[in-house]
Amino acid sequence: MSQPKEAEFWRWQEYHRIMPDKKWNNKDIITAGVDVGSVGSKAAIMVNGEAYSWGIIRTGSNSPESAKKALDYALEGTGLKVSDLKYIVGTGYGRVNVPMANKAITEIACHAKGANYIWGSSVRTVLDVGGQDIKAIRIDETGRVVSFLMNDKCAAGTGRGMEVFADLLQIPIEQIGEISLKVEKEPEPVSCTCVAFAKTEAMGLLRKGWTKEKVLAAYTRAMAVRMANLINRVGLEKELVITGGQSKNIGIVRRIETILGVKTLTMPNWREEGSLDPMVAGALGAASLARALYEKAQKG
Amino acid sequence: MITHYGYCDGSGEYYIVIDSDKCTGCGKCVQKCPQSALKLETEFIDLEDKTVAAISEEHRKKIRYTCDSCNPESNFTPCILACEAKAISCVWNTQ
Repeated sequence: MSQPKEAEFWRWQEYHRIMPDKKWNNKDIITAGVDVGSVGSKAAIMVNGEAYSWGIIRTGSNSPESAKKALDYALEGTGLKVSDLKYIVGTGYGRVNVPMANKAITEIACHAKGANYIWGSSVRTVLDVGGQDIKAIRIDETGRVVSFLMNDKCAAGTGRGMEVFADLLQIPIEQIGEISLKVEKEPEPVSCTCVAFAKTEAMGLLRKGWTKEKVLAAYTRAMAVRMANLINRVGLEKELVITGGQSKNIGIVRRIETILGVKTLTMPNWREEGSLDPMVAGALGAASLARALYEKAQKG
Repeated sequence: MITHYGYCDGSGEYYIVIDSDKCTGCGKCVQKCPQSALKLETEFIDLEDKTVAAISEEHRKKIRYTCDSCNPESNFTPCILACEAKAISCVWNTQ
């Protein structure tokens, strides 16, 4: 008898999208950004600096292969080939391992540019919550980085930390935000946010009679406090946006807004056709910088 | 571009802050650093590659210990004193 497959609550959906009503021809400047993150690999294609298509997959153990897979996924169904791409920028944790890239640029610059592209010139502060790190970035109206910090020493509050929690509480990762908001009163944040000790912490609280919702609320609250501290360190300036995988966690987003007393700019509804996804902000920013670099090279 | 090298953890916050718009890439701070934690790095700014001072990768996650002996709370560390452009500062708060 075969064992029933264990549910994988941490697993988020890989997908790809082509923007409707967008066409390309050979005269267009077609560029790509490949963002190899620690947990997810994202590739985005831009036609004349406008988002055209993208693909998101889980990063495997081999970065160059993940980069190639993500790019192929973004190109799927577009009729484009890698050779049609005028310039490719690699970014993210694994950026030096993007073999087809013309240039590697830090994810800081790419996220700044990507947030500027998705939300427009009013964005001044970007919080990027990735799989293994958290970045707070202050930018100007052109998407240039003014000040930033990156916390990659600790996984607490990162996407990976949330995946561990989703698995522990047996709640699908994509519902974790909603469920964390289903508490009548916000509990005190957990004192120990360490991912390695998450199990001990969560089990202790569950044994005390806390509901899953309450445990999740307390953990999410603690994460949001950490993130708010990072934002305050680079200096909060309106408008604020959140990018990276955790931008889809409504529990994190709402709590940061409460703590800082500012609203974030409305998230594009990424599930809808024709909508941008904040998770690909880095890849879009990379593709946008790729276009600028290509044009600069053409001018000589 | 202002870069905060370091982290905050349960014990406090520890950052060496370098302003690459001010940094001339002269390398004097690199020579003065007793821990060899600073180095010159290529940074991508306004579509150009610029050589600026940076905390090297291996020291970023242990900066509390690397920089402790220079007394960063004082803001008079050898790197800060060496920098004529005033591009370096410290944020050091132990809880």
